[in-house]
Amino acid sequence: MQHSYFDHNATTPVAPEVLETLLSCLGQVYGNASSIHHFGQAAKQRLEAARRQVAALIHADATEVVFTCGGTEADNLAVLGVVRAAPGADKHVITSAIEHPAVLSACAQLEREGVAVTRVKAGSAGVVNPDDVRAALRPATVLISVMHANNELGTVQPIVEIGRIAREAAVPLHVDGVQALGKIPVDVTALGADLYSMSGHKLYAPKGVGALYVRKGTRLAPLAFGGHQERERRPGTENVPGAVALGAAAELAGRNLAADSERLAALRDRFENTVLGRISGAGVNGARWSRTPNTSNLYFDGVDGEALVIALDLRGFAVSTGAACSSGAIAPSHVLTAIGLDADRARASMRFSLGHANTAAEVDGLAEALEASVAHLRRISVHA
Amino acid sequence: MPELASSSAAPIAVAMSGGVDSSTVAALLVRQGKSVVGLTMQLWNQRRMPELAPDGPTGRCCSIDDVYDARRVAEQIGIPYYVVNFEEQFEEHVVKPFVAEYLAGRTPIPCTLCNNYIKFDRFLEMADAVGAWQIATGHYARVRYDTPSGRYQLLRAVDPAKDQTYFLFGLTQPQLARTLFPLGEMAKPAVREMARGFDLAVAEKGDSQEICFVPNGDYAAFLSAYMKETGVEEPRTQGAIVTSDGRTLGEHQGVHHFTVGQRRGLGIATGEPLYVIRTDPATQRVTVGSGDELWCSKFFARDVNWVSIAAPEGPVAASVKIRNKHQAAPATLRPTAEPGRVEVVFAEPQRAVTPGQGAVFYDGDLVLGGGWIE
Repeated sequence: MQHSYFDHNATTPVAPEVLETLLSCLGQVYGNASSIHHFGQAAKQRLEAARRQVAALIHADATEVVFTCGGTEADNLAVLGVVRAAPGADKHVITSAIEHPAVLSACAQLEREGVAVTRVKAGSAGVVNPDDVRAALRPATVLISVMHANNELGTVQPIVEIGRIAREAAVPLHVDGVQALGKIPVDVTALGADLYSMSGHKLYAPKGVGALYVRKGTRLAPLAFGGHQERERRPGTENVPGAVALGAAAELAGRNLAADSERLAALRDRFENTVLGRISGAGVNGARWSRTPNTSNLYFDGVDGEALVIALDLRGFAVSTGAACSSGAIAPSHVLTAIGLDADRARASMRFSLGHANTAAEVDGLAEALEASVAHLRRISVHA
Repeated sequence: MPELASSSAAPIAVAMSGGVDSSTVAALLVRQGKSVVGLTMQLWNQRRMPELAPDGPTGRCCSIDDVYDARRVAEQIGIPYYVVNFEEQFEEHVVKPFVAEYLAGRTPIPCTLCNNYIKFDRFLEMADAVGAWQIATGHYARVRYDTPSGRYQLLRAVDPAKDQTYFLFGLTQPQLARTLFPLGEMAKPAVREMARGFDLAVAEKGDSQEICFVPNGDYAAFLSAYMKETGVEEPRTQGAIVTSDGRTLGEHQGVHHFTVGQRRGLGIATGEPLYVIRTDPATQRVTVGSGDELWCSKFFARDVNWVSIAAPEGPVAASVKIRNKHQAAPATLRPTAEPGRVEVVFAEPQRAVTPGQGAVFYDGDLVLGGGWIE
């Protein structure tokens, strides 16, 4: 059976160009980037070139990029690192209710350490209102953390406005950019972000590598202790092949972003229009007007999302009910609940996330399979 | 192992627990050339109430280890495999009634409720939803179609030691029509031998024991922990321990700690052995007496389901089993005017007829039906 992949927000395949770069680096560049000798210098050169490539994609200075083992570590380093480095005993953090667990769970940990946390709501559009962020400010606020694009809905958050609020209040702003990078343009200065999280495997690079942008002058306490790597922010021998792959992916993304976005948005819209035209009792979750180009989150009333994922997989289409990290969980998605969906509709919702390799024929096949599966599920009326 | 079957027919959904029985079922069907999809039901979050299992949530149903084993078998035999989450339904239809029954002074059997509401209801629905029509499980029982009556019949497994029909009396005709029990014709040692033959990683895995969501069989501790976790105030069911002629012998800590026929744990020292004869949640009394008082020759069963035969109009001779390990005893079934209520009159008195347990009616190997002891 042909299997088509529509779960790129969970992870992406490694791009052929990235794979080639990664393999040659793995095979040839084995020095420790901190070593003095020739081999160490060769590794260091590759590492720093990769850092420049990543910095270029987000319009930052290379010295502001810290490589991590992935998006979750970048989020944790940002949230825990900034708050723990902030002076004073009375501390407060503002985040949103639709953040990824990598941010929400880090905030929950801070609460256990005595930090106050405000989670601003997102409306039914799946977009945070900057006024809510402003209203949540306190004298003790030491960090604002709001994602750039939501992983489940694709909705893009008003980071520029939130950045302005943060600057006026002199509070650092962390932006979880894992789902935005490579899909929409990112300029950390224009956004007003002081920290920006990135993940390799959402960008056609491999798992196990990510990065955190840290604006010069931002106080950040490390999470781990060891050597002096990454300007004392992230100890441990550098994952040079991983960083090099992320660099290659960043360069590729920068080069193709405009064309890819346009193509993916057209495919996504073709898919949505077909599905919404053919299937009744279906609709888009979150704002259609402000989304990453590859993401579509739809509900099909009266359908059990868990059953639909399995039925579609058996027909050769890989989709998801939401974040892969929460699959198998009993509770409906915290994102869908936060934007006001009741439990039934949240369980009847599916995420379709397109990627570079998807074709119009695949998208049409998906729409057809979806129509058949939804009709079957409604006929036997399996309820969530 | 054979390649994944290329059958274009609708697949059979196998309920895979990660144990040797259901794993063998899946492998056997693949070997027979059937198209198979494996599904594991996630029924209970073993991370709940950690105080009940200080050594961690292993070795019990729905543990991460069991899912790992099922997934490994599915990979080995080359079938698509998914975990489906029925935790909410399981809590609603199995755990909550289990708790309520104990608090009402009865001794419930959650496995039957799980079969009625989860394995042969929700699971069948899920199988249908994903494009499978038939389901197969590792239960030891047999189903056959009886042409003269036009009914599907449920029969005991050929291995009497493993027969599980006592827990399956709630099955309906539409459920039986879609259900395969491939192990019903096999003895357990042969199943294990077959698992070894298939080289399944779980071939030597031990049999599951007890009630899957109750660690170490300590249901009283489970009830307390569950009520604490769900914020329900534990009802005060402390009361007197009395004899049937009205003498008070002592106090007890709650009726749900006692089950009919129980001898140990009464906390009363007397010359002759004392047994629990009945518990009465209304008065919170536990009545005890000598073993002789446990013998009873008739009782009523409610919510009777006639599995293999149409509901009889008049008396029916049958052998009746009143708990899983009970030797079925001859009895007459007398339907009452109340639908689904049957009077069971034994030829000889039976020991410890326990409210809340199932009463299952047999004619030889044939399961006529069953209900709940009042």
